Amino acid sequence: MICLLAGAAFVFGRHRAYATSGKSISTLHSLPGHYGLYALILTTLPAVALLMFWSMLAPRVIEVLLLADLPAAMQGWSQEQLGLLLNDVRNSLKGYSVASDNPELITQFGERYQDMEQASNWLLWITVLSLCAGGLAWAWYKIRADHPARHRVEAVAVTGLIACSLIALLTTIGIVLSVLFESLRFFQHVPVTEFLFGLDWSPQTAIREDQVGSSGAFGAVPLFAGTLLISAIAMLVAVPVGLMSSIYLAEYASQRIRTILKPLLEILAGIPTVVYGFFAALTVAPLVRDAGNWLGLEVASESALAAGLVMGIMIIPFVSSISDDVISAVPRAMREGSYGLGATQSETIRRVIIPAALPGIVGGILLAVSRAIGETMIVVMAAGLAANLTANPLEAVTTVTVQIVTLLVGDQEFDSPKTLAAFALGLTLFIVTLILNIIALQIVRRYREQYD
Amino acid sequence: MRAAEDTTMETTNDQAAGIPGGTQKEDEKLTSEAAIETVGDITVENPRIQCHNVDVFYGDKQAIKNVSIEIGRNEVIAMIGPSGCGKSTFLRCLNRMNDIIESCVVKGDIQLDGNNIYSKSTDVVTLRAQVGMVFQRPNPFPKSIYENVAYGPRIHGLVDSKIDLDEAVENSLRRAGLWDEVKDRLQQPGTGLSGGQQQRLCIARTIAVRPEVILMDEPCSALDPIATAKIEELMDELSQNYTIVIVTHSMQQAARVSKRTAYFHLGELVEVGDTRRIFTNPQHRLTEGYITGRFG
Repeated sequence: MICLLAGAAFVFGRHRAYATSGKSISTLHSLPGHYGLYALILTTLPAVALLMFWSMLAPRVIEVLLLADLPAAMQGWSQEQLGLLLNDVRNSLKGYSVASDNPELITQFGERYQDMEQASNWLLWITVLSLCAGGLAWAWYKIRADHPARHRVEAVAVTGLIACSLIALLTTIGIVLSVLFESLRFFQHVPVTEFLFGLDWSPQTAIREDQVGSSGAFGAVPLFAGTLLISAIAMLVAVPVGLMSSIYLAEYASQRIRTILKPLLEILAGIPTVVYGFFAALTVAPLVRDAGNWLGLEVASESALAAGLVMGIMIIPFVSSISDDVISAVPRAMREGSYGLGATQSETIRRVIIPAALPGIVGGILLAVSRAIGETMIVVMAAGLAANLTANPLEAVTTVTVQIVTLLVGDQEFDSPKTLAAFALGLTLFIVTLILNIIALQIVRRYREQYD
Repeated sequence: MRAAEDTTMETTNDQAAGIPGGTQKEDEKLTSEAAIETVGDITVENPRIQCHNVDVFYGDKQAIKNVSIEIGRNEVIAMIGPSGCGKSTFLRCLNRMNDIIESCVVKGDIQLDGNNIYSKSTDVVTLRAQVGMVFQRPNPFPKSIYENVAYGPRIHGLVDSKIDLDEAVENSLRRAGLWDEVKDRLQQPGTGLSGGQQQRLCIARTIAVRPEVILMDEPCSALDPIATAKIEELMDELSQNYTIVIVTHSMQQAARVSKRTAYFHLGELVEVGDTRRIFTNPQHRLTEGYITGRFG
């Protein structure tokens, strides 16, 4: 209905502009299409806004009205009881059988509810349509040959764009604030210094007062050490492999090989991390253990090495795809200049192309690092839960993300230090990746200044 | 506005559309003949580069048709002709830069000092060190000025010590007429120089490899008149030691800097000769048409 009106308004706006201009486009301030859009916006925008508002508020208003004339006996009911009653009313309207103490009241309320809903709908349509008509009339009044419809339309478009970007911004702020406040609550139980510098992590707190249990130790150092260890192993795998393959793809591979290989490599990025996770836990981890045993080393069946290796494989496409793009973006003139001086292909790549592409490559690597630090599924399945503080990749370690998962899937109440610790960990993780990103931007900018 | 559009149309389509104006029919007849007999003397005494019956193909398309020419020692030769006539392609054959383009095939015989540069035993790396190239747009590497010039000597192992390298860099920059302008900021990026300075830096970079021949592919087309004048002056000096082959769109430039001129048309070499003779007394109808500005 509104769509139809919108179309009509567009056509109408154009015609009106045409008519007032004396049948000549060149005397109009803006193009006829702008006048059409202008009329369209005036007609639909207020109406749509009202429609949305109304559908959000109407049920609530009806409820309040309905409850306003309850029988005297029920006036003293609590919120929960009233809620139940309303639920019964709604259910009976939908045709479900309702078990209630007084069925007459329910049916009576049901009828009134329906009446009011109908009335509300009628009212809604009348207002919406009159708003449309009003908007159209206003447009009719406003559209003259010299009316700057183009500016108006563009102002509306800009407002829409700003609104969209604000949504992203506000969501981020909301996340940060919620995590921050929960963390503050956690730090009331556990001092910040203990959390940041404590070497012992065992978040098991007593569920009941009388339980004999530890009070919990919340030193996050082993978790960050584990995260770093696994990420480092992952980067050791991903950076050389990704970089080399991107160099091959961008510089040496023929067009045909490139069209086959590049999508194949990007498939790696499309594999769900859960699949990587059980690949790591069921295939790679036993392989690593067996290989270790064969060499006479003691390897835990959930080793940091296995998780790191698989995570590295997962990250390869990030590194190679971005590096490939930046290497291909190095101007042809640069290559020709080098070849023209008699450089071989590998000299050209090492001395000219890689330096020129370095900012982009570093950016890609740092992006991959934050991806590795934040990665959860692989380490949940393959790295284990034991918070060992070790640099030995053959032992089981645990990471920040794994601990957040285990803390929150437990059955403790939501304000115990154990669950709150998850928020503190999340906040720390967030700050670490933020710092990483800032460093990455700095590096990229410094190289830019040097090379542009 | 319409006129400008028409001109661009002609330059892009000149191979298909032929030449506008009264001579169109005759020109078509001429160019559609099996091969144009090159007018003028293609030989020189004591040649450095000898090309015989060179054909170049890009896939199915033939870009150069049966071109033969000799280029002498310490000679500046200009190659002129309308866009798409193959003069750049021909230039890039001389140091095998066309090897980079996958679909490009070069046939015929090109000799540098009597050695066929397309034979299997020729090392492209050595060839390109002997035949250096300066490109249309200045393309300094994203390195410091010093490193830009040191790049060639380093990869070819021309110097033994840091002192030698410093000397080589200074020498090349001096010869390119850039030393006084950059001697205090050798460690700053080469990309920070002005367009004309960048192009002279690229020339210095080429000289640093100690080539015998320098190929220049429209070296001034991205530069302003003052920078162009400096480069032309430099070419004049360089011609005492090097053979210079320059491709240019500017006939004035060809007239100013070169001793001989070769006129290309649709992949064929139409006329070669002493620059003064070509510009005052062109013998081929196509050359005359181009020089008098009837097309191109």
